[in-house]
Amino acid sequence: MNPETLDDNFQIPAPERIGQERGSLTRIVQEMVFTVDHKTLGLMYIASGLLFFVVSGLMAAMIRIQLSVPRNHFLDPDVFNRLFTMHGTAMVFLVGMPIIFGFANYLVPLMIGARDMAFPRLNAFGFWVFFFSGLLLYFSYLGAPGLYAAGSAPDVGWFAYSPLTAKAFSRGHSTDYWTLSLLLGGIGSIATSINIIVTALCLRCKGMLLVRMPLFVWMFLVVAFLVIIAMPPLSACQIMLILDRYCGAHFFDTQAGGSAVLWQHFFWIFGHPEVYILILPGFAVASEVIPVFSRKPIFGYPVMVAASVMIGFISLGVWAHHMFTVGMTSIGNTFFAISTLLVAIPTGIKIFNWIGTMYGGKLRFELPMLFCLGFLFQFLIAGLTGVMLAIAPFDWQLSDSYFVVAHFHYVLIGGLLYTIFAGLYYWYPKALGKMPDFKLGLWHFILFTAGFHLTFFPQHLSGFLGMPRRIYTYDAGRGWDLWNLISSIGVIFQAVGILFFVFNLIYSYVKGKKAGDDPWDAWSLEWSTTSPPPAYNFETIPEVRSRRPLWDLKHPDDPDWKYE
Amino acid sequence: MPSTRKVAVISLILTESALFSVFLVAYLFYMGKSLNRPFPSEVLTFPVFATVALLSSSVTIVFSEMALHRGNKGAFHLWWAVTIALGAYFLWFTGTEWHHLIFTDRLTLATNVFGTTFYSLVGLHASHVIIGLFLLTLILVLSLLGKFPADHTEHIEMISWYWHFVDAIWIIVVTVVYIISVRY
Repeated sequence: MNPETLDDNFQIPAPERIGQERGSLTRIVQEMVFTVDHKTLGLMYIASGLLFFVVSGLMAAMIRIQLSVPRNHFLDPDVFNRLFTMHGTAMVFLVGMPIIFGFANYLVPLMIGARDMAFPRLNAFGFWVFFFSGLLLYFSYLGAPGLYAAGSAPDVGWFAYSPLTAKAFSRGHSTDYWTLSLLLGGIGSIATSINIIVTALCLRCKGMLLVRMPLFVWMFLVVAFLVIIAMPPLSACQIMLILDRYCGAHFFDTQAGGSAVLWQHFFWIFGHPEVYILILPGFAVASEVIPVFSRKPIFGYPVMVAASVMIGFISLGVWAHHMFTVGMTSIGNTFFAISTLLVAIPTGIKIFNWIGTMYGGKLRFELPMLFCLGFLFQFLIAGLTGVMLAIAPFDWQLSDSYFVVAHFHYVLIGGLLYTIFAGLYYWYPKALGKMPDFKLGLWHFILFTAGFHLTFFPQHLSGFLGMPRRIYTYDAGRGWDLWNLISSIGVIFQAVGILFFVFNLIYSYVKGKKAGDDPWDAWSLEWSTTSPPPAYNFETIPEVRSRRPLWDLKHPDDPDWKYE
Repeated sequence: MPSTRKVAVISLILTESALFSVFLVAYLFYMGKSLNRPFPSEVLTFPVFATVALLSSSVTIVFSEMALHRGNKGAFHLWWAVTIALGAYFLWFTGTEWHHLIFTDRLTLATNVFGTTFYSLVGLHASHVIIGLFLLTLILVLSLLGKFPADHTEHIEMISWYWHFVDAIWIIVVTVVYIISVRY
């Protein structure tokens, strides 16, 4: 404002509304509530997922405190049952799903050269439905007692087998909160997945044939198809359970000729593909990070695509390996044992291809790569214990024991969570414009890895020694004491590691080094925008000629399209 | 690049097919397993008129679209309204059938597993007919009010795809329920 031009008629411009100045809290909240931008929604998904992660992690810590010594009185058995139910349900539906959709939302449009997802308003709908479903699930602690003054949070396990969930055995409304929360969340997941499918198939930029699409997008395409096929069985389960509990239906009522095992079939027809829905995004991150930090393109791109599609198909046919002990026929058990062993093959191929990518490469041990290396090692162990469990007679000994708990925590934490960490550190500079601090991240990595193995490796052993899952305490002298104690001590290291992680996220945003457009010298389209990208992503929609468009731009003398 | 609307509707049809499949499997699994009457053979009669009406509505909606492509808005509205009327008749028939089943034959969701699976499967289909009729009516009203842009033919086509899907599901449901399970 030039003093010379000021006169008595000059009006100081007022903001649109009080409190609506740019950067004010009310303006930020308003933009978050009304946004349809895939980047904002993506960050909101991830932030919500991380919030639920901390809450659910604290629940796990409480479980481990109770189990650290035999005959402990830290928690009552009913409280314990609610804790493991909420921990499992929240980790799968309120941590895993939103974080993977957050990654997809933020990155898929950027990687294919699009300005947004195909249906931005549907995108926003999907987020808010998920967010509400999360609040609904946790509201059960307050709202579920209902007329009978019974019930609190759900306590029926994260897969809620019948007949425990029947009205007679689960009084109050705790099961209903579980049912409704998952029904809603499923609708949000299906909406987001349709969005991903349409975006990946219809909005690719010029020159980006499907065979030139980043593997990250390919894997999310497979994930999205799995969601739209496998989520409806879960929705059907919830509808059937509501009808059983409130309309006198007999879907799972043995007294009327119904079958409680039918729930297990329908649930696991959803439940098994669900775990592939959770892990494939981990593969997606690894397929982007490992090549960049090995300075080599991914080994065997076509086979990686084929293996991912095969994993998607086969995973729809393995569900009853969760039911080896319910008394199916020998033919049934054999079929599912074979199909489960089959799905390990394309998965193994992918592991070999990641290793093949690193072989002969110039490895850079930055934070994303450290976590991907952890992923490779830990996911391998997890896969091997999975193959062991696929052998039905072996599973007869170890079903519902801590061996299974160890297996799935190695896959979900050792596999999925490590790639989530890798992805968060990798794309942090792109989304927030600052580099994550390496030293803090290294503490995170070392402490969390130590804690993770301390907690979950001994659980293989206590499982072998016969310790069942979901028990709130155990007698001394069964040989389980030492392993449980070590397992609980590991929680301390994990917790401190997570503290370093959360601190790093905040500290780097405030005090971190400013990141350029392409701090890691990567090759996919999202690195061609500013950090953070503008609202419209690209000034002009790019045109690509190979799988690594930024390599072509940076090396015009030796472009990829000469060799593809 | 394929059209976003077409891929979206195909994905929606895929996901709804998965949902119907589960209720279909439940119906098939429980065929012949009811412990008490009424049984399907006693109370089910093939719904000829309702089926003819619903399947004809798939034909009339095609006539409607053809009229739209020819630019004949009057015929488009006429055949579209006929489609809605046929769909509404189907719903009315289902309602009367259910009224008879509930009050005369005493078959409800809670009677036996036949009742449970019959009402959930046929009811799921009927709810999709209701949604379809709502969408069709919305289009008719908007178009009659002149608020429908002339170049939105793909929107009309996508709604007709959804309607054809509802019809296809009915063909499967009527075969399983009224032809196969009446033997039990």
